[in-house]
Amino acid sequence: MPVATLNGTTIHVNDEGFMTEFAEWDEDIARALAANIGIELTDDHMAVIGFVRSDYAAQGESPTLRRVATVGGVPTKRLFALFPKKPAKKMSYIAGVPKPVGCV
Amino acid sequence: MTTIPTDLPVPSFDADTQEGRKLVIICSKGSLDMAYPGLVLANAALGEGVEVHMFFTFWGFDIINRTTMDRLAFSPVGNPATHMPTALMGLPGMQAFATHMMRKQIEGLDIPDVPEFLDLITDAGGHLWACRMSADMMHLEEDDLYERVEGIISASDFIEISEGAQTLFI
Repeated sequence: MPVATLNGTTIHVNDEGFMTEFAEWDEDIARALAANIGIELTDDHMAVIGFVRSDYAAQGESPTLRRVATVGGVPTKRLFALFPKKPAKKMSYIAGVPKPVGCV
Repeated sequence: MTTIPTDLPVPSFDADTQEGRKLVIICSKGSLDMAYPGLVLANAALGEGVEVHMFFTFWGFDIINRTTMDRLAFSPVGNPATHMPTALMGLPGMQAFATHMMRKQIEGLDIPDVPEFLDLITDAGGHLWACRMSADMMHLEEDDLYERVEGIISASDFIEISEGAQTLFI
């Protein structure tokens, strides 16, 4: 499993590149991960990322796109604009949580 | 600025191989259990950046018909997957009961009902089309249909739209 050191912090990722340790995440890491996939994080992105992380912490699994829309209160269209094409996976990647497993 | 060493794997979210991928789903059944596979797959494909067109034909019209879309039913008659004696399934009230149970399960999994699912799909950029011949047979106009259906189109229009697409018939 790949490991990297960022600002003195060690982060673990899986073979695909998703972080595997929730506690290793911080906003600088989020910015670097986002840059890796061509996204420059704005406050709007960070609000979504914040919801994804808090929901993961509370539920023990990553929220699906619909959950971010209905529970997180960010309209689906907006999520596609912020994280184009594959919003659910991209927001999980940046938030340092696993890919969502839910179907809907 | 923090940077991640380049030896770390980065997910290939925007790989070129996905570029231009298109999925067409033909929905020809209007029962509750046959509506969901198309809706779930359309939504999943959209979430993966795939262009999606849904074409509703024959009984599939019930999914986009305003008067039926939120009361699709599940019939256990002749369905061996219920693992119940066939003779019982035709009893009065059995369809309503089975439908009620299925709705409860769907709701319990936090899966949207049909109208909300169509909202979700169209918000995600999915395209909905209705079949001309079915509309004529059932004497339905665009006003009778879910408002985000883009049009009632002919079979040949549909063939044009589905060019180069992966096609599912449900």
